[in-house]
Amino acid sequence: MLIHLVARRALVAVLFVGLAASRASAQFDFAGSWAPIGTEDVQNDSVPVDYLGLALTDEARTRALSYDESQKSMIERQCEGWGAAYMVLGPFGLRVTSQTDPVTNRVVSFAIGAWEDWNEMVIWMDDRPRPSEHALHTQAGFTIGRWEGGALAARTTHVKAGFIRKTGVPLTDHATIDWRFFRHGDILTVLMVATDPVYLVEPAIVSKSFRMSRTPLDYRAGCVTGYEGREPGDSVPHYAPDQNPFADEFVKLYHLPKEAVLGYPETLYPEYRKKIKNSYVPPPPCTESCGAAGNFVLRR
Amino acid sequence: MRNAFVVFVFVLALAGPAPLRAQRQNGPATTSARDRAPIDLTGYWVSYVTENWRYRMVTPAKGEYRRIPASPAALPLINAWDPAADERAGNQCRSYGAAAIMSVPGRLHITWQDADTLRVETDAGTQTRLFHFAPRAASSPPSWQGQSTATWEPAAGGGSLRVVTSHMRAGYLRKNGVPYSDRATVTEHFDVAPLADNGRLLLVTAIVEDPVYLTGPYVVSPHFKKEPDGSKWDPTPCSSTW
Repeated sequence: MLIHLVARRALVAVLFVGLAASRASAQFDFAGSWAPIGTEDVQNDSVPVDYLGLALTDEARTRALSYDESQKSMIERQCEGWGAAYMVLGPFGLRVTSQTDPVTNRVVSFAIGAWEDWNEMVIWMDDRPRPSEHALHTQAGFTIGRWEGGALAARTTHVKAGFIRKTGVPLTDHATIDWRFFRHGDILTVLMVATDPVYLVEPAIVSKSFRMSRTPLDYRAGCVTGYEGREPGDSVPHYAPDQNPFADEFVKLYHLPKEAVLGYPETLYPEYRKKIKNSYVPPPPCTESCGAAGNFVLRR
Repeated sequence: MRNAFVVFVFVLALAGPAPLRAQRQNGPATTSARDRAPIDLTGYWVSYVTENWRYRMVTPAKGEYRRIPASPAALPLINAWDPAADERAGNQCRSYGAAAIMSVPGRLHITWQDADTLRVETDAGTQTRLFHFAPRAASSPPSWQGQSTATWEPAAGGGSLRVVTSHMRAGYLRKNGVPYSDRATVTEHFDVAPLADNGRLLLVTAIVEDPVYLTGPYVVSPHFKKEPDGSKWDPTPCSSTW
């Protein structure tokens, strides 16, 4: 009898201690509005040919150089939107909501709200299986998440073939995107690691920070098509890859090495900085749009 | 007797696991910072420059400070940047200070200097940062790397390192002379994430606040890939001109 009593109390003690320990699991409150901080250059979409910071295959580079931004003027492409990676590449903030099971009160999913040109992303937290590889591939893809080491870890698959940059750098439907959401106080840092067996030699990695917003953010807006100079049935605007008129624009603007602008893998490592030390000529002093608000490069 | 037992259990539950309790109370820890480490940051790490490439891998144009919330007081300094003069004055390490060094392309070598001090060396600029977990008074004169206080932020299955640095010499946020003052503070969060093929990524979210030369926080998040050894470690001195 005494043994049972002690055993029951010990069980209670273990449960209490376990409860307290679980507070250290740091499943932070992800839901809410997160405004972009914007002090890092992660968009890389101000000139038509900017592949800085990417490690591309030759096939990817060729396809990217054949891309013409006017494709988005075609009425059938105006509302295509951008893929999952645009969450950190785009200029908008995040509006996160959570959905809970009414019986267990456990979080079933988080949803990151859509923008005008980006689809809602749902992160499933209920251990559901990933669909068949033959299942529908979408712009947002299919994402499963879990808490890991104080961060929300998620993986996106089933993405539709699209782009990893708005400058036309392609991504296949075999791509995988791993996400880590780290919260430190009011700062949320989102880490994206995108891999693609066809177009990326090494992962495309972007981290972007957001600040908690007391004002709810809402970027939803219906996409409405309109005439932009392209008639239905017109050919798809494109360039011959070796005749892209913008291939040297970024190079000339900032005296950047061409292999860096075109996304050669070696340009991502410190050794490359040493390699170009004696050949790099700094650009002339900045005279226009030099400051913080100049989020876009100045095209002359 | 029964009530005492219940109180004991309740207090134990609220207090939480011993290492975490020591962290939360910020008092004298029962174990060393090295023993409490929820993540292993030691080893060699290499910059993987996929962001801010134009501001990190080459020296930007004089006068350009895009994406940095520079204050009006900073503008005369930005426009007067003279790397040769810095070199002559022995200030060639201005862009290698604690507020900028993690964004300088290079390698990190992270080791435990002692049980409560994490040592971070950089081969770019040959700098050394010391992250002190044990409280200490700022006594030495301001330096490029300042004085850093570190705290583990443990979580189930991992955690994070928080480092707050002040007591720095005035320096540059970028190579082209965008300044921070000696009143600046840097708060950094070190997080790790897995990469394919058993690789590891170190993410450093750095928040620079400066009442003199910034109108708001300057936040960057450079990242590093883990390297198997130090075979590519290549110390180079500070340079103002490159």
